[in-house]
Amino acid sequence: MTAIRTSTIAAAWLVLERDLRLAVRRPAQLIQPLVFFAVVTLLFPLGYTPELGKLRAIAPGVLWVAALLASMLALESLFREDAADGTLEQFVVSGQPLVGLMAAKTLAHWLLTGLPLTLMAPLLGIALGVPVVAMPGILVALMLGTITLSLIGAVGAGLTLGVRRGGVLLSLLTLPLAVPVLIFGARATELAILGESQIGPLYLLSALAVLGITLAPLAAAAAVRIGLE
Amino acid sequence: MNWTWFHRLGSPPHIYRIAGTLTPWFAWPAGLLIAAALYGGLVLAPPDYQQGEGFRILYVHAPSAWLAVMIYGVMASAAAVGLIWRMKVAHAVAASCAGVGAWFTAVSLLTGMLWGKPMWGTYWVWDPRLTAQLILLFLYLGYMGLRAGIDDLGRADKASAVLAIVGVVNIPIIRYSVEWWNSIHQAPSVMKMDRPSMPFDMLAPLLMMLLGFTLYFAAVMLVRLRAEILRRERTASWIREVLR
Repeated sequence: MTAIRTSTIAAAWLVLERDLRLAVRRPAQLIQPLVFFAVVTLLFPLGYTPELGKLRAIAPGVLWVAALLASMLALESLFREDAADGTLEQFVVSGQPLVGLMAAKTLAHWLLTGLPLTLMAPLLGIALGVPVVAMPGILVALMLGTITLSLIGAVGAGLTLGVRRGGVLLSLLTLPLAVPVLIFGARATELAILGESQIGPLYLLSALAVLGITLAPLAAAAAVRIGLE
Repeated sequence: MNWTWFHRLGSPPHIYRIAGTLTPWFAWPAGLLIAAALYGGLVLAPPDYQQGEGFRILYVHAPSAWLAVMIYGVMASAAAVGLIWRMKVAHAVAASCAGVGAWFTAVSLLTGMLWGKPMWGTYWVWDPRLTAQLILLFLYLGYMGLRAGIDDLGRADKASAVLAIVGVVNIPIIRYSVEWWNSIHQAPSVMKMDRPSMPFDMLAPLLMMLLGFTLYFAAVMLVRLRAEILRRERTASWIREVLR
């Protein structure tokens, strides 16, 4: 054991800091999922109806499906470059628990996609006729939901590491697993729009997030280890 | 305690032989049970007083739906055994389960749709059990897709094993969330079968069918397992002796 051994928290913090810095230096990757989110959402008034009353009725589903797809789109790059340039291998041999580093990477992914998507949702909500009073509720629901989406996505991204044209497969793996988040998230959003108490679905979203935080980094670490073999 | 029996389970030639011996022991009872249950279900059982003759598709639908879920459990257990004890044969078992499970899921969906047309007046209703079953089909397809997507066999085994275990954790959550989702969006229009009050001559064929389908799965799985082992061990010397 060497004297300069860093603690796990410090190592995780370094990973987080590195990912954030890399993202800030390449803002295009940061912005693309947001643009995607906006475009997908705004296709619905064009494809369905410009009537705000009708749009309001489908707004929860539209917002959540669009956020889900946008978050999925950003997943592909979660591990790909790190796998290509050997960073992931360095993680594995660093002597630090891979679980902690995976948790840090997932947190970085959430800060870079989940959180911006959440913050952008009110703007798109207005375009779908969602009343402004519903916005805080929608923000909370999306914030809790996107955490779980990032966690599930990290497992999927780890599993598809060595797969050619893994993008479609990644979606096929993760979208069915994201169904509970979609259901509870859309329900919480719907209740927020109706002005009713959304505490029930919010509890369930939180429970999913806690379960995800507990188990997903373990699965992601196992998946990455397998992917690098 | 003597663990040799357990370690021998990891040996492909041993499993290949056992699977070959066991297959008829599952296949024959399966065939007889299914034939008897078909006769009992389609001929002997009286028509349902509400659903008429249409209820008889239940004899295929319910066992398929049960197997669809059970096979995922078997697959994930085998995958976990393979991951924990690094047992390649267990991974082969998981691989041979996936296709059968996906088919049973598809059969349960199709028969559910066929049953829905006379009962609900439409082929598809967003009934919680149908929806959960559809998601299960996607889970199977994802598993098979991941397996097919990775060239290296060892990596494909392990990655798909992790996916199967993640899926098993998620299946109950998905089932309950879909149930909850449905209770909000749809009035309970589903005709519930009162299982306990089902008369004996309707129930007996169903139970026989359940057992028959389960044994059929075991037989098919063993045949597929033998094929899978042959494919994996194609360069091994024992294959030449077996196939001579």
